[in-house]
Amino acid sequence: MTKTTGLSLAALLLAAPLLGAHGAAAAPGLRIGLQEDPDFLDPARARSYVSRIVFASLCDKLIDTTPDLKFVPQLALSWTWSADNKTLTLKLRPGVTFQDGEPFDAEAVKFNLDRYRTMPESLRKSEIASIDHVDVVDPLTVNLVLKQPDAALVAQLTDRSGMMMAPKATATGNPTANPVCSGPFTFTERVAQDRIVLDRFANYWNAGAYHFDRVTFMPIPDTTVRLANLQSGGLDMIERMAATDVKTAQADPKLQVLSIPGLGFMTLEFNVTGDNAKTPLGQDKRVRQAFDLAIDRDALNGAVYEGRFTPGYQPFAPASPYHLEQPVPGRDVDKAKALLKAAGVTAPLTVKMTVANSTDAQQLGQVIQAMVAEAGFDLQLQTTEFATLLSQNGAGNFQTTMVAWSGRVDPDGNIHQFVTCKGGLNDMKYCNPEVDALLNGARGVTDPAERKAKYAAAMKIVEDDKPITYLDFEPRIFGATKALHGFVPHPDGMIRLQNVTLDK
Amino acid sequence: MLSFIARRLALAIPTLVLVSLFTFSLQKLLPGDPVLALAGEERSPETLAMLRHKYHLDDPAPVQYLHWIGGVLHGDLGVSLKTEQPVTQMIGQKLPITVELAVLAMGIALLIGIPAGVIAAVRKGTATDLAANVVALAGISVPSFWLGVLMILLFAVKLHWLPASGFAPLWEDPLQNLRTLLMPSLVIGAALSASLMRHTRGAMLAVLRADYIRTARAKGLLSPAVILKHAFRNALVPIVTLVTLLFGELIGGAVLTEQVFTIPGFGKMIVDAVFTRDYAVVQGVVLCVACAFVGLNLLADVLYVLINPRMRASS
Repeated sequence: MTKTTGLSLAALLLAAPLLGAHGAAAAPGLRIGLQEDPDFLDPARARSYVSRIVFASLCDKLIDTTPDLKFVPQLALSWTWSADNKTLTLKLRPGVTFQDGEPFDAEAVKFNLDRYRTMPESLRKSEIASIDHVDVVDPLTVNLVLKQPDAALVAQLTDRSGMMMAPKATATGNPTANPVCSGPFTFTERVAQDRIVLDRFANYWNAGAYHFDRVTFMPIPDTTVRLANLQSGGLDMIERMAATDVKTAQADPKLQVLSIPGLGFMTLEFNVTGDNAKTPLGQDKRVRQAFDLAIDRDALNGAVYEGRFTPGYQPFAPASPYHLEQPVPGRDVDKAKALLKAAGVTAPLTVKMTVANSTDAQQLGQVIQAMVAEAGFDLQLQTTEFATLLSQNGAGNFQTTMVAWSGRVDPDGNIHQFVTCKGGLNDMKYCNPEVDALLNGARGVTDPAERKAKYAAAMKIVEDDKPITYLDFEPRIFGATKALHGFVPHPDGMIRLQNVTLDK
Repeated sequence: MLSFIARRLALAIPTLVLVSLFTFSLQKLLPGDPVLALAGEERSPETLAMLRHKYHLDDPAPVQYLHWIGGVLHGDLGVSLKTEQPVTQMIGQKLPITVELAVLAMGIALLIGIPAGVIAAVRKGTATDLAANVVALAGISVPSFWLGVLMILLFAVKLHWLPASGFAPLWEDPLQNLRTLLMPSLVIGAALSASLMRHTRGAMLAVLRADYIRTARAKGLLSPAVILKHAFRNALVPIVTLVTLLFGELIGGAVLTEQVFTIPGFGKMIVDAVFTRDYAVVQGVVLCVACAFVGLNLLADVLYVLINPRMRASS
């Protein structure tokens, strides 16, 4: 044997254990790839979408939603409105304990809601601002007494505002570093930007429906790498798979793709007040209508998302009971040209649009650019880094901008703050008292049919004034190994592990 | 020697102050409001005002800087705006990971770059030299993120040999640690070895032309002895300079490579921090990197003296 062969053999022997079994660290249970690293794991302070995915396994809520956005009991067995719609009575599930053994009761509900309402750092204040005070009636009954009727309140209790943390541990411990809730899995460990580990909570009230001893969440921002981990067996499941990756995943015999139209949507916002609105586009609604008419939503979906999104023309998701039954308008270049002419605009009209620097947003911008050019718009795209885009929009430094919204279960969260005069997300600075009256009115009635009528009326005005238009609904696409069974995708994109199993 | 080191360390202080001032000002010039980036979709005016006040972002910029530098003098780099974790603690967690990656990558670069450079210089003009140059050029030209994704597709997805991404701490699982770091360190090492090879070749060529090498050969010394003892040692001075400078490239490489391979290290931390305008983290990381640079440059100066006796007198 020559010296070289000997050396190569030695190298091979050394490398053998390195190249052995595939996959990432051999953590038992279920491994889920997230798109980002969550922020605070305290529902009072959390602000990211991914933190809610972790909460779905860690913290039970008072009320949950079904895939068709109906409300179902979780920690509250029932919820009823008083005749004047100003008191919401919750009957609580008996026999529930928090992960540290503290019993769950009406006092705990009061503690949590008061904490969300009053803690200085709480980001939940505005969601449950309508609550005046919380009354404990008996250990399993609690009354939420409101300042004014608030139809959106029940929906708020299906999200972070309805998550119950163990009062003692939360008051005395550090809920950000070590959250204690009553969900099916308890918090074990977190390594920033690497992993969050949850372990089974043996005394969970519905423990029989959960089949993993451990759930590990791993943030992997790059969609290609997240998919590669799923393909190589390093992960069992990933959230927010890119629409353009679906084909690759479907071609892999070991993988499955699960998808549902989500609550989130993409909007085009037009600045209608201030210095940047001193253009025909900002001043004349006919110009904005022409711009909108030049867009072909089906073609947009096909070109950028391989047809996997749902073209849309409203902020209420297809799964929502508040979804308005109206067709998505088609493209009409002739009408767009006529509107521009009527507005006295000589084509081409230069319009600047800011878009985020993500691949999707840039592609959408480019396709829209080509579409509106045919109607007489010279659309100039300004690609902007996301944090910069947010502050520029907030400061009104845009003519047109493309912004996504992750969507809310209740219709109020998808429209009120965008188009009411003082709405927190109304970057267009649009103001129409009629719209305000309708949307504020919709908060005051609890009858779904009556509310829906008000939203439909408000949307009619908004569609005509056109400070904002809607392009599509984003699907929630999950990728998983074929060994995973029982997972049901929900429009909110949360991963509910009830009845989910994994073949060994 | 000691007074030389002390003098160099004293000179480092104004450098570090300037670096921190520069980073701070650059961040203030960046468009984008950290509070908006933080609040995400929860941006009600009250929330924004609360966050601004909580993190002293409503103070004038000079006050913010003085506040920060005051903390630094007490060993406190502030807290991350995103997670409220102390920055010193975050650096403590991430630094060992990137240092390990850097050492592995540098090891790979030295193992490939220096022998390849020496061989290419000795066999100048032959096919070996040409091949080494072509490989080096490719190494410099190929973007690390592309090479990274390619390696993931081959070794993780196709062959199932290595994990696609992630990280396992050395003290918990040494084997898994090596498996997770193998591809990233190869990606960074390949790029570094290329410039190392080219510079070694250049330095060796310059030395090989010198009179004393001809003399050594004329005296009948065998080629390997001439190359290693006489030529290589003298070619080392520029190579040591380069290796220190390459650490800068190494941090740059780590930024991209850690993103691709999802390694929770320094590079990934700084990218995430810039995107969320997490000022305290960016400041802390840059200060830390600047300290490392000052330290490495000092080390290089000390090494020169050890390698080249002529420098001993001047120091």
